[in-house]
Amino acid sequence: MNAADLVAPLAGGALIGLGAGLLFLLNGRIAGVSGIVGGLFSPKPGEVGWRAAFVGGLLLAGVALPPLLPHAFDNPTNRSYPALIAAGLLVGIGTRLGNGCTSGHGVCGVARLSRRSMAATLTFMAAGGLAATAFGYLMGGTP
Amino acid sequence: MKRQAAALLAGVVFGSGLVVSGMTRPDKVVGFLDVLGDWDSTLGVVMAAALVVFRLLRHIARARSAPVFEARFAEPTRRDFDGRLFAGATLFGLGWGLGGYCPGPALTSILPGGTQALVFSGSMLTGMYVFHLGERRRQRRATVTA
Repeated sequence: MNAADLVAPLAGGALIGLGAGLLFLLNGRIAGVSGIVGGLFSPKPGEVGWRAAFVGGLLLAGVALPPLLPHAFDNPTNRSYPALIAAGLLVGIGTRLGNGCTSGHGVCGVARLSRRSMAATLTFMAAGGLAATAFGYLMGGTP
Repeated sequence: MKRQAAALLAGVVFGSGLVVSGMTRPDKVVGFLDVLGDWDSTLGVVMAAALVVFRLLRHIARARSAPVFEARFAEPTRRDFDGRLFAGATLFGLGWGLGGYCPGPALTSILPGGTQALVFSGSMLTGMYVFHLGERRRQRRATVTA
């Protein structure tokens, strides 16, 4: 990876941190996507609007940016539907059971030096590495 | 209304970051996690940048006695390690490495990401709902026993 290839990851990462920082500064909330969505399944008074608005913001970013970045949503991995369904179920159940995902544990939790989040992040990174490497090996290398 | 507008703004900025950084491309995520393949460092760079910026903003926020639109900061306080944390993180990691999507990029990709993103996200939301039903049942049973 050369210096020019670092611009998008650094700028994008900074925006992720900025979005999470805004939610914390303005609303005092941690931007953990799985927790924000999970809270919508057991709605409590005053807890629905901001959660739905944050998710709406994600969807809005998804529809607003493709004209500028036409390849941002390409998926050359071409996983089969059974693989995607299994993966989705694992991510949905796992993030709720483990109280967080890449955003809540991986970014916000690690930045807060939370022991739980650091342990969770090491665990899901290791499990992710295992799954991706094993799948890539069995399918004959990364697509 | 202000809280909702703030959350919408945060969501747009956060989601834009996911798109700009390449995290809505499952091949980049899998390229980082697959250590035997053609390794892609993108995910690591993105997380490091996000972490530094969030830590800085949290520091600035914490200098205030309260957030701008709420009475207090709602930060997780738990410090214990339990089986649920490790089991959950393991299941999540396996699904992440298999599908190449985590919750934020999956939701951001629902509208523009085609059938694959839609199938993954639908399945992910189903998983979250199934977990919610299981928890509710567990709590009800606990109340009955108590």
